[in-house]
Amino acid sequence: MENIRIIEVKQSVFAANDKRAAELRQSLKEKKIFLLNVMSSPGSGKTTTLTGIINLLKDEFRIGVMEADIDSDVDARTVSALTGVEAIQLHTGGMCHLDADMTRQGIEALSNKDGYDLIILENVGNLVCPAEFDTGAVRNMCILSVPEGDDKPLKYPLMFEVSNFVLINKIDVLDYFDFDMDKCKENIRYRNPNVDIFEICAKNGQGISEVADYIRDLIYEWRK
Amino acid sequence: MHELGVVFHVIDQIEELAEENNVTHVNSVTLQIGTVTGIIPDYLIDCWNWAVSKHDNMTDCRLIIEKIEAITHCKDCKQNYNTIIYGKKCPYCQSDNTYLLQGNEFMIKEMEVI
Repeated sequence: MENIRIIEVKQSVFAANDKRAAELRQSLKEKKIFLLNVMSSPGSGKTTTLTGIINLLKDEFRIGVMEADIDSDVDARTVSALTGVEAIQLHTGGMCHLDADMTRQGIEALSNKDGYDLIILENVGNLVCPAEFDTGAVRNMCILSVPEGDDKPLKYPLMFEVSNFVLINKIDVLDYFDFDMDKCKENIRYRNPNVDIFEICAKNGQGISEVADYIRDLIYEWRK
Repeated sequence: MHELGVVFHVIDQIEELAEENNVTHVNSVTLQIGTVTGIIPDYLIDCWNWAVSKHDNMTDCRLIIEKIEAITHCKDCKQNYNTIIYGKKCPYCQSDNTYLLQGNEFMIKEMEVI
C-alpha cells in the first residue's frame, strides 16, 4: 500500500500572484517607473482614450505601452502609429486577464528596459477577470462608456472596487441613451467611496487634458 | 475562460508545494470557494480535469470543492445576513453601511498525496 498523506495548505489561490505583484511594484518604485493598468469592456474606447492621454504626456515622460489581447496586434500598431511611442502587443494565449508574471515579462520585452517614466498596460477588454489579478501596477484605471449603461458598477462590483479612478467615456452621446450620470457616479461610489471620476469624450478630446494632468501628478507623487 | 486561468494558478501552486514536500503524485486537491467569488464550480471542474491530464504527477487528480456561504455584517445594527439574497443593503435596518464578512475566499485547503 502506498503511503497516502494529507498536506494542509490553507493558502489563498491569489496569494502567489499577490506576492509577485507586490515584488514587481517594489522594483518599479526603485526604478521610478509608474505602471498604469487600464481596464474596461471591449469597445469602451480604451485605445482612443490612451492615444489622447499619451499625446499630452509624451514630451514630458518616456512612455511605453503594452497592449494585452487574446490575439492580433491591431491595438499596438494603432497606438504606435497615432502617438509615435513604443507599443508592444502581449498575447495572453486565450487567457482573459494578465497576471503579475505576464506583466513583468511584458515590461522586460520593452526595448528600452528600465528607461521609462510611464508604462501603460492596456489589459484585456473584460470587466470581470482582470479585476481579480493584481498586475503589479501602481494604479488601476477603468473606462466605462455611456452606451454600456449606468448600472455596470453594480453588475461588476469588483472592477470598480479595485479601480483607483474611473473615466466615463463617450459623453457626447449622452442624449441618445438612458444613461443617468449622477446615478452612475453614485453606483461607482457605492462600491468605492474613494474613487476619482472623470467625464470624457475621447473622440473629441473633451476632458482628456484633466486626466493627463491627474496622471502627471500621480507620476510625480510615485517618484518621491 | 476565467476558470481556466484560475485552474492554471492553482496547479502552479500545487506543483510548487508538491516539489517542496517530495510528492510523487497528487491524488486530490480540496478548494474552499466563497459563493460571491464569481467562480462557477462546474466550469472549474471541467477545466481542472483537462488541465491535470497535462501533468504527469497529477493524472486523475480529483478536485473537491467546499462552498463558503457569503455573509455580510451591518455596522449600524450589528446583525449578519445572507449576502446572496440581500446584497449590500441590510434587510434589518436598510443601511448601506455594511461589509462582507466571508464569501470571497478562494483557498487551497489541502491536498492528498503519495
